[in-house]
Amino acid sequence: MGHHDVAAMTMADSPGGMQPQLAANPRQMLADIPALSIVSVSHSYGPRRALAGISFTVAPASFTALLGLNGAGKSTLFSLVTRLFGIQTGQISIFGHDIGREPSEALRLMGVVFQPRTLDLDLSVKQNLLYHAALHGIGRGEASRRSLELLSRIGLADRAGSKVRDLSGGQMRRVEIARALLHRPRLLLLDEPTVGLDVKARADILGHVRQLVAEQGIGVLWATHLFDEIVASDDLVVLHQGKMLARGRVSDVVATAGGQDVHSAFMRLTQATGLGGSEP
Amino acid sequence: MTTTTMNDRPRGFTFGEYITCLTGIVWREGLRFLHQRERFISALVRPLVWLFIFAAGFRQVLGISIIPPYETYILYEVYIAPGLMAMIQLFNGMQSSLSMVYDREMGNMRTLLVSPIPRWYLLFSKLLAGTAVSLLQVYAFLLIAWFWDIEPPPIGYLTVLPALVLSGLMLGALGMLISSGIKQLENFAGVMNFVIFPMFFASSALYPLWRVQEGSPMLYYVCQANPFTHAVELIRFALYGKINWISLGVVAGCTAVFMIGAILAYDPSRGFSRRGPAGGET
Repeated sequence: MGHHDVAAMTMADSPGGMQPQLAANPRQMLADIPALSIVSVSHSYGPRRALAGISFTVAPASFTALLGLNGAGKSTLFSLVTRLFGIQTGQISIFGHDIGREPSEALRLMGVVFQPRTLDLDLSVKQNLLYHAALHGIGRGEASRRSLELLSRIGLADRAGSKVRDLSGGQMRRVEIARALLHRPRLLLLDEPTVGLDVKARADILGHVRQLVAEQGIGVLWATHLFDEIVASDDLVVLHQGKMLARGRVSDVVATAGGQDVHSAFMRLTQATGLGGSEP
Repeated sequence: MTTTTMNDRPRGFTFGEYITCLTGIVWREGLRFLHQRERFISALVRPLVWLFIFAAGFRQVLGISIIPPYETYILYEVYIAPGLMAMIQLFNGMQSSLSMVYDREMGNMRTLLVSPIPRWYLLFSKLLAGTAVSLLQVYAFLLIAWFWDIEPPPIGYLTVLPALVLSGLMLGALGMLISSGIKQLENFAGVMNFVIFPMFFASSALYPLWRVQEGSPMLYYVCQANPFTHAVELIRFALYGKINWISLGVVAGCTAVFMIGAILAYDPSRGFSRRGPAGGET
């Protein structure tokens, strides 16, 4: 598991204090700057407000769970971070690159696994990966090498030539994660990646992503509505009806909310909102 | 923690990276096309039905006088061949946009749009890929038409290529512009009725405009203002090694306008975000 000092420090900062400071050493700079910084982001679909004043950060080498029920605003937030939607209010940056002003630099450092399946079912696993690599300007030779390496890591090297249609749901998700890592991003966004999978496939994928955090120092934002995917040492952002109810280390959020575990803490937080809208 | 040097990379993209991206998009479009054989067959059958049945039936009804670029009297089949070539591209352009709506619904469009390569270039590459597919269809049609005595000069097969590229881009860009405004696949049937049929029939594809003018001066002006008419005429002249400058200007201008419109429509800060999330997600 990655170390969370940076995350804890940044989370304690005020939103306005999250602007990255330029350091002389680029490597040092990368360690200090949040992998993802979201500052006062709001979004509306016409009169309907989907997100209201969301601010949090994801540190490099950390696992941040974005917890919320269906309709909480998780997918809208993902669409804003990945620039599918334009930002109406607030600021989003990836390793200090503003998504609106420097989209190429920001997108280059980010890998995404969307909630709906985005693989081309009629193409083979490898063809899907090569296509993604081409979209990042990675040539065929290098893309083939990386594809094989990543497929070996997820135990699907022998399925490179199979049509995606013939894979199981869990295998498709693993391929999508491999695809998201092809261009070697430093931030990985996953929008409810385990929905519809069986218990084993869920555990495999979760384990694989946690390994990426620990071994490769990738910052992960994992959107979910499943409490059992979150452990005490994770960072947690609780989203409910477009509002952020809590953020911080899971153990801290649980303690502050007065629950015994994430589930009870979440229930308390959302009930508190229903009664009077008090936020921790 | 593993440190990284990703941020040390110079900004921007090299020429090679742009080319890799373009070839990747064209390659995928080609693979998809090969996987959809029925699409290829229906793309061919449609103009052939017009050629074999409609043109044969109308041969006696419509007399064609000698009009440029033709230098002799021609059969009606010969007259409508360029119109049918443009029709293939019109359908292909709209079908590509259909695939974009489908892609967006299925999520594949997201894969394209989260690429760090500038979005205008991604969309332009997508247009080029669609045009390349339409070229395959048009040349397959020309091959079959040759056996039906539609024999333009051999050099015409070469000179028509740039015209087809330009008209393919124009119709693809129009389709892309329309696709940006469609939320769901179901709405596409309406586009067929309100875009494809009016464009095709109110053009010089099936009848020379001087004959239209005799029948209805009003319709004549509508046909003149229809960009599809100019795509047809550009192709018709190019097929005989000639250039119709007015059509070239109109098609080039419309291509630019439609393309800019499509790029703006897919700009997250303008069009894409206003429609809300796909599939009712939040």
